[in-house]
Amino acid sequence: MKYRSAFDIIGPVMIGPSSSHTAGAARIGRIARTLFEKQPKKAIVSLYGSFAKTYKGHGTDLAIVAGLLDFDTFDKRIPDSLAIAEKSGMEVIFQTEEAVPDHPNTVKINLFDNDNELELIGISIGGGTIEITEINSFKLKLSGDPAILVMHQDRFGIISYVTSVLAKYEINIGHMEVARKDKGETAIMVIEVDQKIADEVIQELRSLSYVSRVIRMVE
Amino acid sequence: MFRNVAELVTLAEQHQVKIAEIMIRQEIEVTGLTREEIIAKMENNLTVMEQALERGLQGVKSQTGLTGGDAVLLQKYIKSRRALSGHILLDAVSKAVATNEVNAAMGVICATPTAGSAGVVPGTLFAVKEQLNPSRQEMIEFLFTAAAFGFVVANNATVSGAAGGCQAEVGSAAGMAAASIVEMAGGTPQQAAEAMAITLKNMLGLVCDPVAGLVEVPCVKRNAMGASNAITAADMALAGITSRIPCDEVIGAMYAIGKSMPSSLRETAEGGLAATPTGRRLEAEIFGQPKESLMDYLV
Repeated sequence: MKYRSAFDIIGPVMIGPSSSHTAGAARIGRIARTLFEKQPKKAIVSLYGSFAKTYKGHGTDLAIVAGLLDFDTFDKRIPDSLAIAEKSGMEVIFQTEEAVPDHPNTVKINLFDNDNELELIGISIGGGTIEITEINSFKLKLSGDPAILVMHQDRFGIISYVTSVLAKYEINIGHMEVARKDKGETAIMVIEVDQKIADEVIQELRSLSYVSRVIRMVE
Repeated sequence: MFRNVAELVTLAEQHQVKIAEIMIRQEIEVTGLTREEIIAKMENNLTVMEQALERGLQGVKSQTGLTGGDAVLLQKYIKSRRALSGHILLDAVSKAVATNEVNAAMGVICATPTAGSAGVVPGTLFAVKEQLNPSRQEMIEFLFTAAAFGFVVANNATVSGAAGGCQAEVGSAAGMAAASIVEMAGGTPQQAAEAMAITLKNMLGLVCDPVAGLVEVPCVKRNAMGASNAITAADMALAGITSRIPCDEVIGAMYAIGKSMPSSLRETAEGGLAATPTGRRLEAEIFGQPKESLMDYLV
């Protein structure tokens, strides 16, 4: 099921004019910000399909930047996000792409600061509901539900260590994906869970051997 | 968990509860939140809808100036007592327009199921309220019933204009509203499903062709028609009229039609009203230059 909650249908509370092109875009931007774990110095936003054709009219650009500034969908500062970004020292470059994407509302966001880079692809599937389909070339599915992202060295046993920690805290896994670049290189785990994830769980996951980063994704 | 309208209706009949209650129970199960938390969350949405609608009735203008002020005109016209359609119908239309005018002006709204179609459900709710005198709890239930039907459409088809055209947005919103009106008026779960089916049947094929890519023209007026369509279909279902094509099959047809729509008619501002000479002129005035020349339209 793409949609799980009544509030995916009645909601979100948001600044207009478009749930997919404004609210959904803001959510994708905010997930990118969460994954980057801080405000980036520079963002390159590539728009595809309907996003590329109609972003100006829908304020898609304003919304994505608002998300990168960690604003929620109903934040009244969304219409002024470009000026706020500039003032806070975040450079943003927009480009529209001709390539035909799998989903009509697709955006690729590249974030940079002095020593970090992140590339993320998100789609806005309607009514403000979104999915992240790619992070740093890892293909995955992240829907904005509570989730944990674990980056680790590709090695035997890591998946079992991580899931053991979740089991200990009685956290149920709804969806899980693993991917890696190359054998023995960096790997990624995306774990969507049914419950909220407490700080101590994240701390314990971070303390595991061979785990490099743990990011908590919350709606 | 219900996967389609047939299952939703059966569940409500078996447990002898409203469709709203089935949605609330499912929400409790899926999110782990308490009933009180879920009700409070929906009440917040209801409050946002009410505030948006009231703001629109006072008169707003979008940044482009393309939309705004029509809700005020309609309210004045209703008060003149010259209106040909009934009071509730026109009141619903004005409140749907009010909500979408606020949306177009980048105001705060609640997507229902989308922002472009956010006027239909609250517009009809706050219009039928005057005759049906619901409690606050019943108004919240109206939104859960709408959510249940929207949930089925979103999971089995789409509520995105870019994926399925306006039939997926205003069409779904109107169907959701019709079902909720029936339930609030005391109709059965099956009658709610009939109202949804009748409404959606009459929105099939509606394209998404926003002028200049803005959620203004024709979106605001399509919300008006969505609201009137919903009230008419609700009355038909309450009168005992049924849809020869079951609700789930109508939803399936909507999805199939959406998938076969060319991309120019799915929220790309490349076809339909967006590509008319006036649509292109407005686009040029707003953004400086048209994306394609007028020749493309004439050829």
